[in-house]
Amino acid sequence: MINEKTLNALIALLLLAVPLIAWFLDEPFIITLATKVAILALAAVGLNLALGYGGLVSLGHATFFGLGGYSMGILASHAQTYTPLLESPFVLEGTNSMPVIWLTAIVISGLVAFIVGLLSLRTAGVYFIMVTLAFGQMFYYFAISWPAYGGEDGLSIYVRNGFPGLNTLDPIQFFAICYVLLMLVIFFMARLNSASFGLALNAARQNSERVQTVGISPFKLQLVAFTISGAVTGLSGALYADLNRFISPTMFSWQTSGEIMVFIILGGVARLFGPVAGAAIFISLEHVLGGLSEYWHIYLGAVLLLVVLFAKGGLIGSVFRKSVSHG
Amino acid sequence: MIIRRKASSLGLALLASCTLLTPAISVADNKVKVGMITTLSGGGAGLGIDVHDGFMLAIAQSGNKNIEVVVEDDQRKPDVAVQLADQMIQSEKVDVLTGIIWSNLAMAVIPSATAQGKIYLSPNAGPSVLAGKGCHPNYFNVAWQNDELHEAAGAYATDEGYGKSFILAPNYPAGKDALTGYKRYFKGEIAGELYTKLGQTDYAAELAQIRASDADSVFFFLPGGMGISFLKQYSGSGIELPVVGPAFSFDQGILQAVGDAALGIKNTSQWNKDIDNPTNAAFVESFQAEYGRLPSLYASQGFDTANLLLSAMDKAEVDDTEAFRAALKLADFKSVRGDFKFGNNQHPVQDIYVREVIKEGDVYTNKIIATALSDHADSYAADCSL
Amino acid sequence: MSTILLIEQLLNGIQFGVMLFLMAAGLTLIFGVMGLINLAHGSLYMIGAFAAASVATLTGSFVLAILASVVAAALFGAIVEFSIMRRLYERDHLDQVLATFALILIFSEGTRWMFGSFPLYLDVPEMLSGTVLLPGGIHYSRYRLAIIVIGLLVGVGLYLLISKTRIGMRIRAGENDREMIGALGIDISKLYTSVFALGAGLAGLAGALVGAIQSVQVGMGEPVLILAFVVIVIGGIGSIKGAFIGALLVGVTDTLGRVLLPIAFGSFMETSQAASVGSSLSSMLIYLLMAVVLLFKPSGLFGRTQS
Repeated sequence: MINEKTLNALIALLLLAVPLIAWFLDEPFIITLATKVAILALAAVGLNLALGYGGLVSLGHATFFGLGGYSMGILASHAQTYTPLLESPFVLEGTNSMPVIWLTAIVISGLVAFIVGLLSLRTAGVYFIMVTLAFGQMFYYFAISWPAYGGEDGLSIYVRNGFPGLNTLDPIQFFAICYVLLMLVIFFMARLNSASFGLALNAARQNSERVQTVGISPFKLQLVAFTISGAVTGLSGALYADLNRFISPTMFSWQTSGEIMVFIILGGVARLFGPVAGAAIFISLEHVLGGLSEYWHIYLGAVLLLVVLFAKGGLIGSVFRKSVSHG
Repeated sequence: MIIRRKASSLGLALLASCTLLTPAISVADNKVKVGMITTLSGGGAGLGIDVHDGFMLAIAQSGNKNIEVVVEDDQRKPDVAVQLADQMIQSEKVDVLTGIIWSNLAMAVIPSATAQGKIYLSPNAGPSVLAGKGCHPNYFNVAWQNDELHEAAGAYATDEGYGKSFILAPNYPAGKDALTGYKRYFKGEIAGELYTKLGQTDYAAELAQIRASDADSVFFFLPGGMGISFLKQYSGSGIELPVVGPAFSFDQGILQAVGDAALGIKNTSQWNKDIDNPTNAAFVESFQAEYGRLPSLYASQGFDTANLLLSAMDKAEVDDTEAFRAALKLADFKSVRGDFKFGNNQHPVQDIYVREVIKEGDVYTNKIIATALSDHADSYAADCSL
Repeated sequence: MSTILLIEQLLNGIQFGVMLFLMAAGLTLIFGVMGLINLAHGSLYMIGAFAAASVATLTGSFVLAILASVVAAALFGAIVEFSIMRRLYERDHLDQVLATFALILIFSEGTRWMFGSFPLYLDVPEMLSGTVLLPGGIHYSRYRLAIIVIGLLVGVGLYLLISKTRIGMRIRAGENDREMIGALGIDISKLYTSVFALGAGLAGLAGALVGAIQSVQVGMGEPVLILAFVVIVIGGIGSIKGAFIGALLVGVTDTLGRVLLPIAFGSFMETSQAASVGSSLSSMLIYLLMAVVLLFKPSGLFGRTQS
């Protein structure tokens, strides 16, 4: 019977094969959809570390997604208009180089995640859900009314940022970048989870007293997990901004946080490839149902409801469990 | 960026002047594929449905079989709109895009679509950037530039002799444009200026401030549900000051929900169902027959957009971009607004009227009572290098 | 700003708070008794408003409209509890979030399918329209005053229900120990259905009351839902008293922030800019309030400390 590793490999292959086939058939929009899946899956992979492995249900990960997006938007818009970002105390220029933007996005969202984590990890359960939501809402309203970078109108970046040696405007090449990043991060997560850090984090989720007695501070573990989690989601925000060549405060909205969370639950909580499967299912559903009827949200809602009620543990969770009980 | 755009538009001007020399050819088998991205689900769906219905009505009435319309729902999300635009351009290979309702979605889609050589016809939403420095030969606005109705409200308030206005709008770019637009044409003083939270529905605090001020008039821009809430609460507050606003809070779709609270209020609009011309009369009658409700401002804009496109299709082949653009710019169609012409920035130069909310039988609707601005061009046209 | 105006604004804040309390009371009750995060609570608010608007249009009676809102929302609540929610009590919060998120989609688009995309009409009844003159020369909306009174009555009613009646005793028992009440021979599923219906009815009532002075439209529930969550988290989840204090705190902070911040910034900034900056900050204020409260009281003001 199929085991989880095989299933993961299948998902990874499928995500690679679909856009390649689309490329041969000259269907660039399918490639764009696959890129969207890869990027949003990356956001969910980030959240999965906090939510799945750390047990920290954050409804505020749009904060980091948005920060990543705005890092890209701000840097690229300054590069676009040749105006320096900062003139004193030192001159800071904008840039349209992807690696620099990624690094900025990771550092900034990681830093904010550290501060948000420091404050909100004092609470637990539903309180944690709500306090992370509160931080997201603060950024959301700030972005709406902050006129410098477009406010609610958002900000268009007319040209996709560059990556040395690649033509990023070519859909398949941009997909390749996103796919490679996603796989690298997943590989990193796999290593992290099997390392002592991951084991301790897991233990802290299940029984924090026991971890404490061994002399490890569950608070510190969770803070580190939350920071890495935010940084990864920030990276995906920067990529998402590049996919659309556009940023807007919607990236910070609580619906965005909710959607990222839905990907994980759909695919399977605390499963390595759960977020990837979830994002793929959700985006395909959105695409297919969107064409069916004006009231397609009803069908989407019904499908989600059926998943919660009958496919416990999400796609990977239910498939995997089934194969165990059969085998 | 700016330098590059100037250079390219210079080239386009040269090309355009060349095409003017060749006579327009009438083509019968000129197929056009239109991509309509509009809001069809969720809270703001009413506006998108009106634009869609008006547009489709005009296509159906024309009997033109060469036009194909692909419709997609943007859910009022900018990122979804961007992806749909990609889909329309990359997979559907449309020639013309249209349909977007909201300025923030327009800003997300239009610059990149026009840069990719697609024609965009705006049936609603006219952000100032796209009218001024960011104007583009492929972008045509068939509705208005965002500030225009507010400017007309300011002009009307001045004509009425109001000396001190209390003004309020939501705290987002369109709200700021609204207050700036009003102040541009209002000659009196400002008694108070407030920015409310976007999506706010309770205005008790703002109403108390209006009452406490020494204003003699109120101007507000609160589109959709915000406007309904404000008007209901205003009428219950006992404040008797005259109110002026743009048509967005008084369109046919929401007036019934406001009810008596809107009666007698003056609002500014470039269209109303009683504009006296045969095209408009036929439009109002056929829209009502087809959909069973009175057309709104948005429906009229959708209708005009489709007719503009159809008129260009009679004159030029869509693949011949220069000729097609020139045909669009002529605006040789019968508009429900009466005369219709484009300014240099391809935004309408038009009359803006003052309407009053009245009740006809059981139905709340508007009646034109005056003209606020005649042949009004927007304030950004001078910045446009077209 | 004059003292009178300040008092009037305080009153506006209290009215806003009382409205939030109606929403938050149901939410906190459902969470307290069943441990369920119900994102679809905003949809029940919307259902109340739509039911009220339809009945008011049909019959012309505001009293009937209010009754209809409570009944319709309670009925929907009971159906949802019976068919879906009870499968989720033993699940973790994540499944509840996803399921109730799905319900929002279904209810919102279902309502649009039934009633169309345009807002509905619901107005303040003749009897409650206009203003009353309060001592000190404040002209205050009669309807808003009525909302304050109704909210306070509901608050007192809930207090009596929970502290003095048999049902209340069971609710309290359920909050403390879910297995215990089963052992006591109480029909737990009936209790859960009625608590859920009660909470839903309150949300429906709030929707109808507010619908008369706001816009009755699809999507009206979600912004209020977020505010109601803020309220119960500040007050401490599961505590009716906490919800009440939290609601007033949020209502007053939000209203006064909106009024005072632009004035404060106006003292050293140009008016137009001060209005904009002040308004931006005031829209973040209640979230700031919530974050600060949780920093000092991680379980809210009146919440039981979590293990």
